[in-house]
Parts: sequence; structure tokens; C-alpha cells
Amino acid sequence: MLDTIFFYLFALLTLLGAVLTITRRSAVHSAISLIVSLVGVAGLFLLQRAEFLFAVQIVLYIGGIMLLFLFVIMLVNLDRAERERQFSKAWWLALACVVGVGAEIAYFLTKGPAAFQFPPGAASPGVASAAAGGNVERLADALFSEYLLPFEMASLLLLVAVVGSVILAKKRI
Amino acid sequence: MTTAVPLSWYLILSAILFGLGVAGFVFRRNIITVFMSIELMLNAVNLSFVAFSYQLRQTDGHIYTFFVMVVAAAEAAVGLAIILTVFKNRATLEIDEVSDLKN
Amino acid sequence: MEILQHPLFLPVVLTLAIVGIFPLVSGYIVLVERKVLADIQVRLGPMRVGPQGLLQPLADALKLLIKEDLIPAAADKTIFWIAPCISTFTALTAFSVLPFSPILRVVDVNVGLLIVSAMSAVGILGIILGGWSSNSHYPLLGALRGAAQLVSYEVALALALLSGVMMAGTLSMVGIVKAQLERGVWFAFDNFGLMLVPFMVYLISAIAETNRAPFDLPEAESELVAGFHTEYSGFRFALYFLAEYTNIFVVASVAVTLFWGGWLRPFPNVAWLDWPLSAGVPFLVLAGSGFASIFLLKRQPSAAQRYILLVVILGLIFLGSLFLIPVVTRAASAPFWFFFKVGVFIYGMIWFRGTFPRFRYDQLMSIGWKYMIPIGMGAILVNAVVGMLKGH
Repeated sequence: MLDTIFFYLFALLTLLGAVLTITRRSAVHSAISLIVSLVGVAGLFLLQRAEFLFAVQIVLYIGGIMLLFLFVIMLVNLDRAERERQFSKAWWLALACVVGVGAEIAYFLTKGPAAFQFPPGAASPGVASAAAGGNVERLADALFSEYLLPFEMASLLLLVAVVGSVILAKKRI
Repeated sequence: MTTAVPLSWYLILSAILFGLGVAGFVFRRNIITVFMSIELMLNAVNLSFVAFSYQLRQTDGHIYTFFVMVVAAAEAAVGLAIILTVFKNRATLEIDEVSDLKN
Repeated sequence: MEILQHPLFLPVVLTLAIVGIFPLVSGYIVLVERKVLADIQVRLGPMRVGPQGLLQPLADALKLLIKEDLIPAAADKTIFWIAPCISTFTALTAFSVLPFSPILRVVDVNVGLLIVSAMSAVGILGIILGGWSSNSHYPLLGALRGAAQLVSYEVALALALLSGVMMAGTLSMVGIVKAQLERGVWFAFDNFGLMLVPFMVYLISAIAETNRAPFDLPEAESELVAGFHTEYSGFRFALYFLAEYTNIFVVASVAVTLFWGGWLRPFPNVAWLDWPLSAGVPFLVLAGSGFASIFLLKRQPSAAQRYILLVVILGLIFLGSLFLIPVVTRAASAPFWFFFKVGVFIYGMIWFRGTFPRFRYDQLMSIGWKYMIPIGMGAILVNAVVGMLKGH
């Protein structure tokens, strides 16, 4: 029961933030709405026992990426842009997307919970009692054993991104 | 352990979020807002990853989400650097005006 | 009595207590700061309100509450209104995972430390949005500086924390203290003293993270008036102030929990030190400061102030002697040590402010990126290897 209430609350936060993100005129307002939306998603993570991802979502997305966005928005002067036309001519494409998504939702709503049938063995019942995969130690174990190579590659990707953005943004190295 | 909130709800939410992201991506003219729409889409995907992971009681979905976040961070760093460079050279952030590569 | 057994009873009461009492506590931290700085600069500091200026925080709070609340005409009103709330909210939320004693805590979650660092990351939003929404030059510059500084030092701070987490093997704050109890040594002195390196990195980054001198560039008054909160006045300014001192308390608490053994007394596993350290030291500190204040009595200018001071002295002596009762000792020595260590840490931060000149902006960035982050990474590596060789 409590889960359902919280789900509605966070879902509302997420969707409200998302709608405002794509409709607000001012880029700063858009960014703040996106932050609201991200907080909603973080809450949904928490609802699904993904505490580590909840923390990472807040530290990395809100504290890192969104801060970077705000920083850049404040560096570039967008006063002129706010007075101009906000939406491009590709409205038919957007319409197609909306229709597609609407069809998908209609499908889910008609089929209800039966829309997804997993094979009986898919869920591993042994670990179900603990916080289902949410606890940090299990995630760390998987990350540093099974997923070690992707992890190292991700670190390399980040290094490349850091060097690349410094080179792009700096006039003289 | 059956979840109080069924999986399909999360997936519907994720689909709506993704749709909003796509709409913003094709609709808006400001590069920064377009970028934010991409973040919305990534979050929609993350949400369904975690939802499936919770349903199947496995950590794999969490790890995918973690990697998506890492990639998003890298993408934001490079993308925003590009935006800054574009703004420095053009003094505008309108997508339609930055179209030199169009014939 | 049933309500006392309810699992939500202690968290709710503690939350209310924190939200209710902490504004007063932060007011007194400000008073201590002013007094200590005055002492360093051979002045007297606030002396007028109450005996030795003891009631100054109340006067300040009253002044801030009844001041006119100005909003600049060109400001973005909604964001101007929200920004200080974000700062205060995140700063106070970080309290929820701090363990003041084995039982005295709001909640113990398995990502406790991450929550603290998440809240400090979100707190930056309050600064950058407040500076931007003022629509004025100094606040914007202060906000941009603040954001860049906080993001840079966030990394160093996280690396310093990682060393401690590695030693403890858990992210839960209670678990971290229990790990130190098991080892019988505070993490700051573990690994043959090698853990002192991450502790120093944490200390420096924490000072930068709370925007304090010598890293107080976002609010450098000689350059930027008051930085991001130049346009704020009255109650909103008070909220920023509250957030700042709450952050100081939080970083001090995290340092104490992670490196100084949290609520544990020094030498937690040496049995014969139990009575002198759990009962003796609290008595000496509290009652001793009470007795030491007696000679201030005849310096008070009026009878009313003498009366107030007498009450304070008697209160301190009474509190100190309470610690000699065994029941109280068992219950209260843990929180005493926690708050005592936090006090020592905060005193150190004030001392830094009185001693070091402010850094230049490029120096600040180079300390963060070229020294703190590499040293933090190196400390993780060395401590991991040494810890493994020690066989823990």
C-alpha cells in the first residue's frame, strides 16, 4: 500500500519534471525541472531496493551532470534565445513518437500484468529474501569480478572524455 | 516476494518518460535542452533496467544502469564542451542555425 | 510506555530535536567562532549581550528574523525563494545518518556515507541557483566559483572517504564505528599511521567543501562582497547561514565517525581506562569549565549578568557531576565523546580560519586537482596493499 502511494508520488514528480523540462522557455528552468525528474527517478530506484543506484543517481546525475549543465547555461548568455521560437519544425516526428508511445501504453493497459511472462526459471529465488540485489556488497562483488573488464573500460572512457573536453574547451593547451 | 507495484506500471512510466524525451529531442531548438532530453531518455531506460532487475531479482540490471550513468557522465562532459565551443564560435545555440554540414 | 517501544519513536523524536535545536547550536558555533577568532587577534569579541556575550546568538537570530526581506526586482523570484531552502534541506538531511551513539541515531542504512556525500553534492545546487537567480554580478561570479570549487573538492573528499570505507568494509556509519571498535584503533592511526594521509586529505577538502577560509573564494569579501548570497537578507540569509554551519557540523561528524572512532572513547579496548575516560574526562571538561568561569563572576557589569552566568556555571557543574553516576556514564559517555571530538574538529577549522591567508583561485584549483586528488588515489593504493599485507 505504502509502496503504491510512493510509486504514484515519485511517478508524478518524474513526469511533471519531464514535461516541464521540454516545455520551459528558460534553460535554467528546464534544468531545474530535469533535476526534479531525476529526483523522482532516484526515488523509484529506492522503491525497488536499489539504494546504491539511488545514491549514485543523486551524486552523479544531480551533483555532477546537472551541475555541469547549470554551469554551462550560466556561462553562455541565452537571453536572446529565450525570446525566439522555441520549437522546431519537426512536429510530425514528435507526433509519430507520441502515437508510438501511446500505442505501447494502450497495449500494456489492455494486457495488464500479463504483458510480461518470464520463463519460470528466470527469477533466482535464492536471493529473494535479502534486499533483492540492492545491497552494495553484492553489486561490488559483481562489478569487480564478472564485470571487471567493462568496469576498466568505463574508466578509460571517462579518462578520454576528460582529456577530450579539456582540449575542446581550452583555447591554448 | 511479490512486488506491491507491478512491473508493467514501471514500464509504462518508463515508456512515457522516453516518449517525452524523444519529443523534446526533436521538438526543441536549443541545443542544451536537446541535451537534457537525451538525459531524460537515458533515465527512462535506466528505470526499466532496474524494474526488470527487481522483478528477476538479479543485479545485472543495476550494473547496466551503473554503466549507463558512467557513459552519460562522459557524454555530458564532452557534449557540453562542444556546446561551449559552438557558442564561442557562433554566439548562438539554435540547432537550425548550426547547419554548415548540410549541403 | 507502548509508544516508547515503537520503532519510529526514537527517529521521529530525534529528527524533531535536530531540526528544533540545531539552529540554536549553529548560532552558538558562530559565537564560539567569533570568540576564538577574537582571541587569536587579541580582541574581546562580542561582550555586550549577556555575560561575556553569551546571549549574542539569540540577539542575532532575533535581528535576522525581524529584518526586512528584500528580493531584487530583476531576480528570478521562484528560484530565489527555493535556493536557500535547498541548501538548508540538504544540510539537515545529512544528519539523518549520523550516529551520535550506538542507539542515538535517526537511521542506519547500508549506504549511509553515500547519503552524506549525495547531500553535500545537492547542496551545491543551492549555492549556484541562489547566485544565478539574484541576477547580479557578484553573486553570479561567487556562484560559478563556488560550483567549480565544490565539484573539484568533492572528488578529493570522496577519495579520502574511500580509504576509510576500505578499512571498514562497509558504507554504514554505525558499521564503520563498529569496525574501529573491533580493531581497537581509530582509523586515523591505523595501518602504521598511513591512514593519516587520507585524513589530512579529508581535512583539507572538507574545509574547501564548506567554503571556509583559507578556501573561502566564493564569498571572498574583498573581491565579491559576500559571494553568492550578496543579495540575500533577513530570514533567507539566515537559512544560508544555518546551512553553512550545519555543513561544518556534518563534515566534522563524518571525519569523527570515519577517522576518529565516532562515539568511541580513546583506546576503546583498554579496560582499565574505562572509568577515567568515560566518567573522569567528561566531569573534568564540563565541571572544570564551570569552575574556571567562577572568577569571571566579579567582572560582570550588572547583577543580572552575574545571575545568568551563575546559572550557567551551576548548570555546567551539575552536568559534569551527572557523569559520575554509573547509569549516566554508560548512557551518556558515547554522545559526550562524539560531540567533544566534533567540537575539537570545529575548533581546528576556526583556528585555520584565523591563521591562514586566503589562496588565489588558480592555487585553489591546483591544490585540488594536482595535489589532493593524486594523493588521495595514492593513499587508497598504499592503504589497500598495506592492509592486505597486515592480513585484515
